[in-house]
Amino acid sequence: MTGTPAIELRKINKRFGSVHANKDIDLVVGKGSIHGIIGENGAGKSTLMSILYGFYQADSGDILVDGKKVAVPDSKTAISLGIGMVHQHFMLVDNFTVLENVVLGAEGAALLSGGVSKARKELARLESDYGLKVDPDALIEDLPVGLQQRVEILKALFRGADILILDEPTGVLTPAEADHLFRILEVLRDQGKTVLLITHKLREIMAITDTVSVMRRGEMVATRKTSETSMAELAELMVGRSVLLQVEKQPAKPGKTVMKVDSLDVIDSRGVKVVKDVSFEVRAGEIVGIAGVSGNGQSELLETLAGIRKASKGTLWIDGDQTNLGETRIDPAEMRGKGLGHVPEDRHRMGLITKFAEYENAILGYHNDPKYAKGPFLDIPAIKQTAKAEIEKYDIRPPNCQLKTANFSGGNQQKVVLAREIEHDPTVLLVGQPTRGVDIGAIEFIHKRLVELRDAGKGILLVSVELDEIRSLADRVLVMFDGKIVGERGPEADEGELGLLMAGVEGDAR
Amino acid sequence: MFDTLILILDSTVRLSAPLLLACLAGLYSERSGVVDIGLEGKMLGAAFGAGAVAYLTANAWLGLLAGTGVAVGLALVHGFASITNRGNQIVSGVAINFLALGLTALLGQTWFRQGGRTPSLSGGGRFGNIELPFAAEMAHVPVIGPIYSELISGHNILVYIAFAMVPLTWWILFRTRFGLRLRAVGENPAAVDTAGISVTWLRYRAVIACGILCGIAGSYLSIAQSSGFIKDMTAGRGYIALAALIFAKWKPGNAMWACLLFGFLDALAIRLQGQEIPGIGQVPVQFFQALPYILTVILLAGFIGKAIPPKASGVPYLKERT
Amino acid sequence: MSAGQLPRWVDFGLIPAINLAAAFLVSGLVVLLIGENPIEAVKILIWGSLGYGEGIGFTLFNATNFIFTGLAVAVAFHAGLFNIGGEGQAYVGGLGVALACLALDHYVPWWVTLPFAVLGGAVFGAAWAFIPAWLQAKRGSHVVITTIMFNFIGAALMGYLLVDVISKPGSMQPETRTFEEGGRLPLLDSLLPGDFFGTSQVNLALILALLACVFVWVLIWRTRLGYEIRTFGANPTAAVYAGISPVRIIIITMMISGGLAGLMAINEIMGAQNRLLLEFVSGYGFVGIAVALMGRAHPVGIVLSAILFGMLYQGGAELSFEMPAITRDMIVVIQGLVILFAGALEYMFRPALVQMFSFARTPATQAG
Repeated sequence: MTGTPAIELRKINKRFGSVHANKDIDLVVGKGSIHGIIGENGAGKSTLMSILYGFYQADSGDILVDGKKVAVPDSKTAISLGIGMVHQHFMLVDNFTVLENVVLGAEGAALLSGGVSKARKELARLESDYGLKVDPDALIEDLPVGLQQRVEILKALFRGADILILDEPTGVLTPAEADHLFRILEVLRDQGKTVLLITHKLREIMAITDTVSVMRRGEMVATRKTSETSMAELAELMVGRSVLLQVEKQPAKPGKTVMKVDSLDVIDSRGVKVVKDVSFEVRAGEIVGIAGVSGNGQSELLETLAGIRKASKGTLWIDGDQTNLGETRIDPAEMRGKGLGHVPEDRHRMGLITKFAEYENAILGYHNDPKYAKGPFLDIPAIKQTAKAEIEKYDIRPPNCQLKTANFSGGNQQKVVLAREIEHDPTVLLVGQPTRGVDIGAIEFIHKRLVELRDAGKGILLVSVELDEIRSLADRVLVMFDGKIVGERGPEADEGELGLLMAGVEGDAR
Repeated sequence: MFDTLILILDSTVRLSAPLLLACLAGLYSERSGVVDIGLEGKMLGAAFGAGAVAYLTANAWLGLLAGTGVAVGLALVHGFASITNRGNQIVSGVAINFLALGLTALLGQTWFRQGGRTPSLSGGGRFGNIELPFAAEMAHVPVIGPIYSELISGHNILVYIAFAMVPLTWWILFRTRFGLRLRAVGENPAAVDTAGISVTWLRYRAVIACGILCGIAGSYLSIAQSSGFIKDMTAGRGYIALAALIFAKWKPGNAMWACLLFGFLDALAIRLQGQEIPGIGQVPVQFFQALPYILTVILLAGFIGKAIPPKASGVPYLKERT
Repeated sequence: MSAGQLPRWVDFGLIPAINLAAAFLVSGLVVLLIGENPIEAVKILIWGSLGYGEGIGFTLFNATNFIFTGLAVAVAFHAGLFNIGGEGQAYVGGLGVALACLALDHYVPWWVTLPFAVLGGAVFGAAWAFIPAWLQAKRGSHVVITTIMFNFIGAALMGYLLVDVISKPGSMQPETRTFEEGGRLPLLDSLLPGDFFGTSQVNLALILALLACVFVWVLIWRTRLGYEIRTFGANPTAAVYAGISPVRIIIITMMISGGLAGLMAINEIMGAQNRLLLEFVSGYGFVGIAVALMGRAHPVGIVLSAILFGMLYQGGAELSFEMPAITRDMIVVIQGLVILFAGALEYMFRPALVQMFSFARTPATQAG
């Protein structure tokens, strides 16, 4: 790591309206290294990389590539500077072949035939050099996610990238695929490429990077040699204080079983079985956490229990009331009727109508509740009364139920959803990623509310990809891998042990 | 019987040609992700432009140029609204249809004072029919003779252009860089953008290509098929072309067969008007008029195959802040 | 978020006004192009449409049609659906109205016929929207395309019926017999003292249209169904989460939309023509799109823009009389321009306005 750095950023600033996404960012990335950038969701990592890749323009600051000051007005320039990017959401054309995707934008000439045959040879070379094997004539939509990502890497290499940016590359990968990716990255580094790895997962940083930079709320707060730092230090840097978000709580006093799931199978729209023979129960007064790498069936499990997805097989009891999910299609309204509340994983996509006023969001899913209805009409005063009470009780700010929820911060939006689901007095509450994209203050508030609900004798099923969250909240932890529940542990279980279960390879000492 | 069939097929070819041109026009636009229900308006505008200029200059080629110019102009308005301003593409299409309908009639009346028509064309103002070599000699050869001399020979140049556009479009779409990018931008514009290609410019080029072909289609109506522009002379052909495009599942080869089918239905309707069909009786002409749309709806419903439009069609491209 | 926030009065008042001004500016240029004086033309247009009772009457008569077709488009908008088939639904709705009138006009007074005619128009219009709605809900066929197709299928169907089936016996005209007294809605003139509206055909359907506005307002903003419609339109995934059935909402909304379009025939067929005839919808269904867009899919906005379009129609007719160079086609041009500027180019002036207003605004708290 001597000589000119591959990339140097100086005092980069970027604002989106009132949000200062990048504040005076300095960054030096050594040639031939794997450099990690870690930070929470919304810390500004993706924005910074998008600036480097020419997708956004910085408001001020300098970019140096190989020691030379450059302007990156668009992605085309970035590519010509030898920068390649693998986006979090793949930039692939699904009904194109691998080969077509690889040559897109780098066709060489106005006619395709020359460029395509050149690309075919080049792909063969890349395969032998880096072990990046993929059938050039396969359609993207037929490939598993891991291979699609490989195509993205090939795209960048085909364009002659010396610097490869990967934005949260493992979010969609199984642990095995992630391992494979890391091996590829190591090969790339050993062949002289520079890799920038954007992630919010500490484990990955420790496993693969040479150097790590930490971002927090739009600022670059530290850069460390990976060998000279620890997870604990990085975690503290990420959130700005000690992360031991230990929730004050008494031991659970579990009562009767309020929810029981037996042999649940779910097949998704692509025909893939994503939940496999899952059985468990949740008792009154306990929080059952489901841990796992995202994409292992937790989302589908939650959505199926909420009535949003159809199960192909399985039985569900809520408070003793039995439903055969494989035979009857239960819709979310009926599930609510049975006493099930649901805080969905993605509040923007599902939990809120951001262009509706807060009070209208306060009844989403409960709009047919007699409490809010006068015959076919809505009882708006009653709805506003409920909304105002929730705003007060959950300290939702600004305290104005007429305001569109789009104008609320992430934490307050989440409180709107949580308030709605808790205050409608569910027997069982399904909670997905309750603190994703939420500020620290709101996280503590939300965690406290969930524990209170538990202590009030309700059952809670908590799905989170944040292992720390599961460990601090749950009374029992179920680990999901590849659609199956692969183990159950107590909350005091060793993090390493849970990690192994989540990776689906118990005993493998990675 | 054979002669009748040849006659019907001959008029099928004539009636299909403008549909085919408009259908391929829509194909370029929609393949790039810009939905276009303004094919009708662009054709109409072109028909007027061609009719007017061909009359003034007595030159069909200048007429064609003018017609194409008008259609490209309208296409650029559509592009400005739907690409640059990210407006609703359906609404923009509706606006263009209205504009063309009103302006052609209004300006036609102002300039020519014949109730919105353009004056009748003669001589060089029209595209005449082309006799292919040996058409006369071949005419008496059984079977092949009539097919060659009646069906294949004796059309105007625009008919041949229309059918030549089918393999050409296929070739452009699947064998050129432009075609690859065009198909990509209609499926996933973000992939195109991150590959360093301008989504805007690419879509504008597609929309211009659409304008050019609509221009030829419209010019065909006023200076090849008829001898002058008549108010609202497209009479829904733009919409039939749109139906044909869906029916063809946005593929050039299919587009030709779809347009020939719809052209054939039209020819059959004209032929059968007021005639009894043995065993069935008189079939109302409206049935044939509605048939292209009915067939398209049935196809759309997925009862005979599935018509899946380009994934990004109708969605304006906006760099997302994630 | 990237669109920026604007005060309500700017979004709902200033922007439509600017868009409209741009449309009229270009229309003025067209008038100049054909060698007439635009200022003079505007004077004639306004005088012709609002300057005297009969003009006002015709303006309101046209506006009645636009209110129905505009509401039809607006209701579908709220569910995120683009019903471009108002033309066909109104046409087929006319059949329902005519059948009720033809069946009853000999036997009962108009006020007995009216409920049946309303029902007929609404049911037939709704039925014509049902198939595209069902195809969208169940088979995913895009409602824009299917409703266009159904406009043409409807036109063919009605053409066939009028020519071959229900035309007056012994007549070559493709139209039904003229309704008797019992199938005619009273003109407003006959209900009011004096002869204010002259020969114009403004009739009781105007009241019905205003009632329909109230109905739509209550439906969308005050009922549980309306809440479900708006939820589905704003975020279909969240609607499913909330237990709202997309199939049910698509079908119900489209049928309400089609029913409203069908009611246009009450004004045109039962109120004015007093017989069913070919092509009586003549573009009102399509212009409903512009009316809804300009009216921001709100009943009050729709009434205002319907009156504006009513003025255009009536004033335009007057204009073609006073300035023969400006034929009635000018109305079509103006409509096109209004649809273009108020609809397709509605965001054109927005960024500039957002910039102007962002100076005066305190920044909102918005986390990334």
